[in-house]
Amino acid sequence: MKYAAKRIAMLLLTMVIVSLLAFVAFDLISGDPATAMLGTEATPEKVAALREQLGLDRPLLVRYGEWLLGFFTGNLGVSYSYRQPVWDLIAPKVLVTLCLSGLTFVLIVVVSIPLGLRSARSSGGVLDGARTMVNQLCMAVPPFFTGILLSWLFSTLLKWFVHGKFPSLTEDFGGAVKYLFFAALALAIPRIAMTVRMLRSTVQGEMQKDYVRTAISRGNDRGGVLYRHVLKNALVPVVTFLAQTMAEIVASSIVVEQVFAIPGLGRMLVTSISNRDYPTVQAIVVILAFWVVLAGTVADLINQRIDPRLRLGGAA
Amino acid sequence: MKKRLTAFLLLAALLCAALTGCGGGSTEQTPAEKEPSTPDAPVANEITVGIAQDLDDSLDPHKTVKAGTREVMFNVFEGLVKPTPDGDLTPAVAENYTVSEDRLTYTFTLREGVKFHNGDTVTAEDVVYSINRCAAATETGIVQVEAFSVIQNIAAADERTVTITIAEPSNEFLSYLTVAVLPSDYDKQDTAPIGTGPFKFVSRAAQDSMVLEKFDEYWGTPANLDKVTLKIIENADSLMMSLQSGAIDLCSHLTSTQVAQLGDDFNVAEGTMNLVQAMYLNNAEKPFDDVRVRQALCYAVDKQAIIDIAFDGYGSPIGSSMYPAFGKYFDDSLTNYYTKDVDKAKALLADAGYPNGFEMTITVPSNYKPHMDTAEVLVQQLAEIGVKATIQPIEWESWVSDVYVGRQFQSTVVGVDASTMTARALLERFTSTYGKNFINYNSADYDALFQQVLSSSDDAEQTSLYKQMEQNLTENAANVYIQDLADLVAVRKGLEGVTFYPIYVLDLATIRYAK
Repeated sequence: MKYAAKRIAMLLLTMVIVSLLAFVAFDLISGDPATAMLGTEATPEKVAALREQLGLDRPLLVRYGEWLLGFFTGNLGVSYSYRQPVWDLIAPKVLVTLCLSGLTFVLIVVVSIPLGLRSARSSGGVLDGARTMVNQLCMAVPPFFTGILLSWLFSTLLKWFVHGKFPSLTEDFGGAVKYLFFAALALAIPRIAMTVRMLRSTVQGEMQKDYVRTAISRGNDRGGVLYRHVLKNALVPVVTFLAQTMAEIVASSIVVEQVFAIPGLGRMLVTSISNRDYPTVQAIVVILAFWVVLAGTVADLINQRIDPRLRLGGAA
Repeated sequence: MKKRLTAFLLLAALLCAALTGCGGGSTEQTPAEKEPSTPDAPVANEITVGIAQDLDDSLDPHKTVKAGTREVMFNVFEGLVKPTPDGDLTPAVAENYTVSEDRLTYTFTLREGVKFHNGDTVTAEDVVYSINRCAAATETGIVQVEAFSVIQNIAAADERTVTITIAEPSNEFLSYLTVAVLPSDYDKQDTAPIGTGPFKFVSRAAQDSMVLEKFDEYWGTPANLDKVTLKIIENADSLMMSLQSGAIDLCSHLTSTQVAQLGDDFNVAEGTMNLVQAMYLNNAEKPFDDVRVRQALCYAVDKQAIIDIAFDGYGSPIGSSMYPAFGKYFDDSLTNYYTKDVDKAKALLADAGYPNGFEMTITVPSNYKPHMDTAEVLVQQLAEIGVKATIQPIEWESWVSDVYVGRQFQSTVVGVDASTMTARALLERFTSTYGKNFINYNSADYDALFQQVLSSSDDAEQTSLYKQMEQNLTENAANVYIQDLADLVAVRKGLEGVTFYPIYVLDLATIRYAK
């Protein structure tokens, strides 16, 4: 219980720090919301007047305090660009990005764990060499490029999906997931390759250990030992890695969403930054920070279940 | 252990099935919309238009600042008068108007039964409200129409008559009455706009799409299409793929390279962007405060070469702050006032005290590829006269605050457009005291000419004065003028009716399926 409370406090603190950093960073870069809103209609007088109307002429900390207060009372403010409540604006996008990340994560886990275990068991030989090469290639090619290739292959050539016609998640969930699948694939490929390699090396390292030799000498078959004992020990670093992956998926989805014309959070973040749309940027930054910290926390909890030794540190 | 693996895979498969399965259920709720259009089925009378930039702006036409947003909202709003493709004005919400003998009083009679998209009838009160709103700009974010400062009195004489009295005669006043007429008792224009145009606004999803539908009670020639979806695709590769996949039927402002990749499904319509693309020089900054240096740069540049290299030959060279679509104001003799002459350029530089050239930076908004490409070629051409130029890419918002408002730059490559269909919109900005004179151009002659324009009442005389202003800009090499960019529009075969205007708009009402 105490552990959980500590975790939640950490989560909140991280979010506050991240949002403060974003606020300060925003203040340092050139360009401000008033000029962005006025565009080429901007004159120094108009900009000054609008800044005053928006309250941007007040000190940084006052503005931040106001935002923080709003945040904790569930008011994320109104977007400067769209003149629409931020939450209405980003809620559908959070859903899309969540689905995309979820789907990518499922793909990574479903493909890489069996594949990693298989490749750990059969080492050496020509096949293994070829596998290593494919693995390297998958890791080296960035998702946006894979994304362009996949779009070309599955949309332009095979016509499995219509690029640029992303159906609404709430109206046509199946169609949307089908569309997202290809983007998820582009995101998952390098991560799958990394996870496979990681799992393979940890499992192989673990297989060298004494307890494995003992277990086998006691008459257990190799496969049984692998799944019953080795996997448990090998999984701890993999789960930690997957948690990082979860955070990184969101980061790379910014690019992949662009390639597939998916209206997700990533694109929203990029353009709201260039529009100097503070309220929107703040909201997205906090959501992403929450996401990253949450992934880390979940990974810790899972690892503690897998390996009870880890519980001694915090939970006791 | 095989069993474990199988179980694992089975679980994964189940999970996927569950994900897509529950989707299947919800699809059935909207079966009508999801019908793929097979050749036999009647084609829905709707199209999807690709747009390369987000409509992240207020949709209130009096607050909209982005050209891209105005471009599409042209279909939703109208003023008392509206522009025609030829560059004239035609009565819209007004049925006709009369101008008094002293040219100070305008009387507009509204068309009978013009409806707003919410069903209300347009009244003279709405017109007065709309014009006052732009004139005063007291509400947050309203873009003040400075030309309305001459209005002395505006009143609704009766339900259908509006009279406007202005302080001094003006040939251009009418063109500002294209400002949208909005209902006076409605406050959600920002996000759910209501106008009188041939299309009504249905919805907008940020960075995704905007939906417009035909307005059935439109007073004039109705739109041909029932529904238009504007699909926002900012990534260039993605845009091309969406064109090829069939998701998009029409897309303007493509580059020549993109057009070459289109394939057989599309026709290409070519118009002009109606921009004055130039390397704008900060006339107050050394060394550009010396007219000889500016002229040297003009002699160093080969416009046609830029168009050929960076734009595959699409584009119209220009020689002053005016583009060809403006017809009577455009003076083609200025286009080739400076022809490339390296020796002359070097001589001018030597004369100005820079025999070995100098270093300069060209600030370019990096999101505009045509301007970046142009700058690349410029760097090469300037190198020939010993001027070492470096490109400084900058974000658009920073460009606005640092270059346009702050005037902290040496030179910049951008395109300047006209917000209304008047020569004034392009030329007033270079008068020395004007707020948007971002190049700090300062010529007493130029200012005097503009004062003459303002006091002149004769259209021919005004036109001649505007041409003299253009000539003044060219002779003093205010900027290195380059071209009016070509506007290449991809149109899916079977669609027709793309109409070009001398201002930056996309008229969707004329687009139709060929019978």
